[in-house]
Amino acid sequence: MTDPLHQFEIHVIAPLFSIFGVQFNFTNAALFMLVIVAIICALLYAAFANPELVPSRLQSVGEVWYEFVHNMVRQVMGEDGMKFFPLVFSIFSFVLVANMLGMFPYFFTVTSHVIVTAALAVFVILLVITVGIMRHGLGWFRLFAPHGVPIAILPFISAIEVISFLSRPVSLGLRLFGNMLAGHIVLKVFAGFVVSLSALGITGIFGAIFPLGMAVGLTALEFLVAFLQAFVFAILTCVYLNDALHPGH
Amino acid sequence: MEADAAKLIGAGIACIGMGGAGVGVGIIFGNYLVGALRNPSAAPAQFTNALIGAALAEGLGIFSLVIALLLLFT
Repeated sequence: MTDPLHQFEIHVIAPLFSIFGVQFNFTNAALFMLVIVAIICALLYAAFANPELVPSRLQSVGEVWYEFVHNMVRQVMGEDGMKFFPLVFSIFSFVLVANMLGMFPYFFTVTSHVIVTAALAVFVILLVITVGIMRHGLGWFRLFAPHGVPIAILPFISAIEVISFLSRPVSLGLRLFGNMLAGHIVLKVFAGFVVSLSALGITGIFGAIFPLGMAVGLTALEFLVAFLQAFVFAILTCVYLNDALHPGH
Repeated sequence: MEADAAKLIGAGIACIGMGGAGVGVGIIFGNYLVGALRNPSAAPAQFTNALIGAALAEGLGIFSLVIALLLLFT
């Protein structure tokens, strides 16, 4: 049976240049990120190139996509959070298309690499801190001192709040990474069962029906997870940005 | 005991933590369903909150998966 982690290997497609001994290469991860951006742009352009009052199928997809994120941002952050709508829409689209593209056999899943998801998560948290301090100045740090807590236990509560804030980028990045990695490993393991069982002869081939059915079911589950994780990443981005805009608990 | 064997045992033990995440996600969705059946008209507005809670609970389970993977592959 082949190694289930083989699918996550990064290959160099074209070496580019090196600065101070650090080699920069064009890898399959970079290629797939470009493909993702190209797919998003092409889909949205095709959907809204000739807008009509009665939308065509593709235009309906684009409208549902747009309105889904629009409603989410408005519900969580309110009207003054709408200026972050382009950011949340970009993050949601990138993660969603990356997860969905990874479901094709032999395709590379960029979100199954912790460096990609961690970069996205750290960017979001740095933005939260920047926006919070720009909007509210030092008053933003009231986020760590919830309203109405007795003064005796305030240092204790503040320490917990600081730790929970610092664990946000870790959990935000690791959740997406872990879900995609674990899902693809499980799919590969069950596909490997099919191959190794059917090598046993005629009884093995009949026995291989069960892991095959399991793999089909898991593929459906993975499509659900791919969408759900993109949604969760986007809505947690909204929730964290809402803390920057309205720090009062 | 050899260090490699201890690493494999540690990876197995770390995976127990994911069971806790399973319990947490089950409690969240179970209680969401209980509430939704009692007051179906209020359910759609709270579905997002249920998903956020499930994601937060699941994230802690993912931590233990990452620890297991770190033990296995480093």
